[in-house]
Amino acid sequence: MQRMRMRQAVVAALRDAMRDDQKVVVIGEDVAAAGGVFKTTEGLVQEFGVERVRDTPISEMGFLGAGVGAAMAGLRPVVEVMFVEFMGVAMDQLLTEAAKMRFLAAGRLSVPLVVRASIGAGLGFGAQHSQTLETWIMGTPGVKLAVASGSASAYGLLRAAIRDPDPVVILEPRRLYAQWEEFEPSDYDSMTLGSSRKLRDGSDVTIVALGGTVPSVMEGTDTKDWSADVIDLSSVVPWDKEAVLESVRRTRRLVTVEENPLTGGWGTEVVAHVCREAFGDLENPPFRITAPDTPIPFAQNLEAQWVPGVTYIKNQLDEFMATGRVPQPWWNREQTA
Amino acid sequence: MTLASVDTYLSRRHRLATNRTSWLERILEIRAVEETIAKLFTDGLVRGSTHTCQGQEAIAVGVALALDPSDSVVGTYRGHGIALALGLTPTAVLGEVLGRKSGSIMGLGGSMHLSEPSIGLLPTMAIVGAGIPIAAGLAFAAQVEKTNRVAVAIFGDGASNIGAFHEGINLAAIWDLPVIFVCENNLYGEYSPLHTTTPITDIANRAASYNIPGHVVDGQDVEAVKSALDTAIARARGGAGPTLLEMKTYRFSGHSRSDPAQYRPDGELDSWLARDPLKILIDRLLQNGELDTPGLEELEKTTARRVESDLEQVLKDPPPDTADLFRYVYTSDI
Repeated sequence: MQRMRMRQAVVAALRDAMRDDQKVVVIGEDVAAAGGVFKTTEGLVQEFGVERVRDTPISEMGFLGAGVGAAMAGLRPVVEVMFVEFMGVAMDQLLTEAAKMRFLAAGRLSVPLVVRASIGAGLGFGAQHSQTLETWIMGTPGVKLAVASGSASAYGLLRAAIRDPDPVVILEPRRLYAQWEEFEPSDYDSMTLGSSRKLRDGSDVTIVALGGTVPSVMEGTDTKDWSADVIDLSSVVPWDKEAVLESVRRTRRLVTVEENPLTGGWGTEVVAHVCREAFGDLENPPFRITAPDTPIPFAQNLEAQWVPGVTYIKNQLDEFMATGRVPQPWWNREQTA
Repeated sequence: MTLASVDTYLSRRHRLATNRTSWLERILEIRAVEETIAKLFTDGLVRGSTHTCQGQEAIAVGVALALDPSDSVVGTYRGHGIALALGLTPTAVLGEVLGRKSGSIMGLGGSMHLSEPSIGLLPTMAIVGAGIPIAAGLAFAAQVEKTNRVAVAIFGDGASNIGAFHEGINLAAIWDLPVIFVCENNLYGEYSPLHTTTPITDIANRAASYNIPGHVVDGQDVEAVKSALDTAIARARGGAGPTLLEMKTYRFSGHSRSDPAQYRPDGELDSWLARDPLKILIDRLLQNGELDTPGLEELEKTTARRVESDLEQVLKDPPPDTADLFRYVYTSDI
C-alpha cells in the first residue's frame, strides 16, 4: 500500500504510463520545468526529457489542437488544461475535432488523446476558476469523460484513459489534490472507464456521487438513522447504468449529489434513465442535490453555501428519508422564508 | 459497387508524378469532378452544401507532388481537389458528396468531409482554421518519433484571422515543428473581400511575427507551387521548422453552392480566368512539345468520360446502412 496525495497519484499515473509506453507524452502550461501549477507533473521532465514533457504557450486551442493531431499520428498525448474553464477557448478542438475524427475517417484512425483539467469550488478562486463543467462535455458523442474522487481513482482513471484508444477527458477536483489516500497502485492498473465504485453498502437509499462530492457524501451518509448504498459514479461518459439500476432496485430510492448548477447536470441523465428503466421499483421520487443556478461566488460564506457540503447533504437526506418527499433546495427555502 | 483499395489510391498517387501530362490529367479530373458536383447541386440531386475549387487546382496538385504518401495533409471543406490530387478516386469523392456507401467515408461525412489516411488525407475540416493546430500536432508526433514525416495544413485567407492560425503557427515555430502552412488566398472569406477583413494584402507577411519564413507563391502555376513546397519540406525535414506559404489564387465559383458571387467587381473573374491553372499548364506543355492538340483533346475527352461513367455508377450505389452510424463513434461500443 502507498499513501499519496491525489496530486502525487496523478504524477504516479503519468510516470507509470510513460515508463510503459514511449508514445505517451505530456504537454501543457508549466508542466515541464515548473512541474505543474498543482504539482501534478512533478519530476516528469527530469525522467523523460523535454521531447516528451513540454511546456506550451498560454494557448489552449493551439496545444489542445496539437494534442489532437499528435494523437491522430499515433502518439498518446496527455494534455493538461490548468483550470477546466480554459477548455472554453479550446472547445472546438475537443468537441468538434477530436470527438468526430474517428467518425469522419470511418474508423480508419483514432484519437487516443487524454485531456486533464482541474475543477471545482471551495478554494476561493471565484466565478471563472471554480466550475466543474461536466455538462459542457457530456453531451457530445465521441468523447469519454471521467472524474477523479481521490488518489486511488485519480490514478486508476488516468491509467485507463491513457490506455483508451479514444479521446478521454479526466477532471480532477482541485480541493482534493492535497488529500491523502492509501491505495495499492497495481490494484488500480486495470480500472476501466465506465465502471463505478461502490463505496458503502446500504439498503435504504442509493446515493450517486461524483468527483468532489464523493468525500462529502461519505461523511454525510455516516449515520445510523438510515443506510445508504453509496456509488462513486467515476465515469460520466459512459456511465455505469447497471450498477446504479441494480442498487436502486434494492434500495427503491435514488439521490444524486452534484457539484454543478441545477440545470443540465449529469444527475439529470441518471435520474431520467432510472425513471425509464425502474420507475415501478421506486418507493419515492428520485431527486438531485445540486448547487443553485448562479455563478460561483467568492466570499467564503457564499461559496461554502454554494457547494453541496456535508451538513447540507445530510439534512437533505434526513428530510427525504423521514418524509419520503423531495426536500426543497436551500435557495428556495431562503427566498420563500 | 466496388470500394477502392489502398493500392488504388497509392497507384493514383504514383501516377500523378509520372510526367507533366499526368499533372494536367489530374487537374482536368479535378475540374471535371467539381463541375459535375456543381451541376448535381444545381439539379437538386444532393443535399446540404458544397464548396468547389475550380481555379485553385494547381495548389492541390503541387502540394500532392511535393509530399510522400506517408506525410499528412489537413485540408478544408473546399477539399475535393486536394483529395483527388493525393490519390482519392472520383468515385470516392462523388460517392461521399452523394451520401453513398462508395464514398470516401461511406456517406457519413458529405462534401465537406473526405478522408483517406493511407495516402495522408486526414479528415478535411469544416471549421475555419481548425486544421492548423492539428497539423502542428501531426508534426509534433513526427518530431518526437523521428519519422522524418512532415505535415501540411491547407486553409484559406479567411483562416488567417482566426485564433487557431496564431496559436498553431506560434506553437509550430517555438518547437521547430516539421509543418508547412499553405494559405490559399483566393481573395474572399466567404462573401467578403480580403481588404474588408484583413489589414494586409500578403498573408505571408504574418510569418514575420513567428520568426519563420513566409513566401508569396503563384498559386495558379503547379510548378511554382511544387517548387515552394519542395523548399519548405526540405527545411522542415532538416529540422529547421515551419514555413508559411501564401498561394495567390482565385475561385472561379462562389463560396458555396448558394453563392452566385455577385459581389465581384466587373472584370475580376475574367482577369483570373486568363490565369486559369489549366490554361497555364496546357500552354506550357504545348509550347514545349510534351503534348499536341489532338493529344490534349483526347485527354480532355477521356477524363470527362471517365468522371461521367464514375458518376453513373455512383448514382446506382446504395446509401450507408443504419449500422454504419454506430460503428465509428468509439473504437468499441460503450
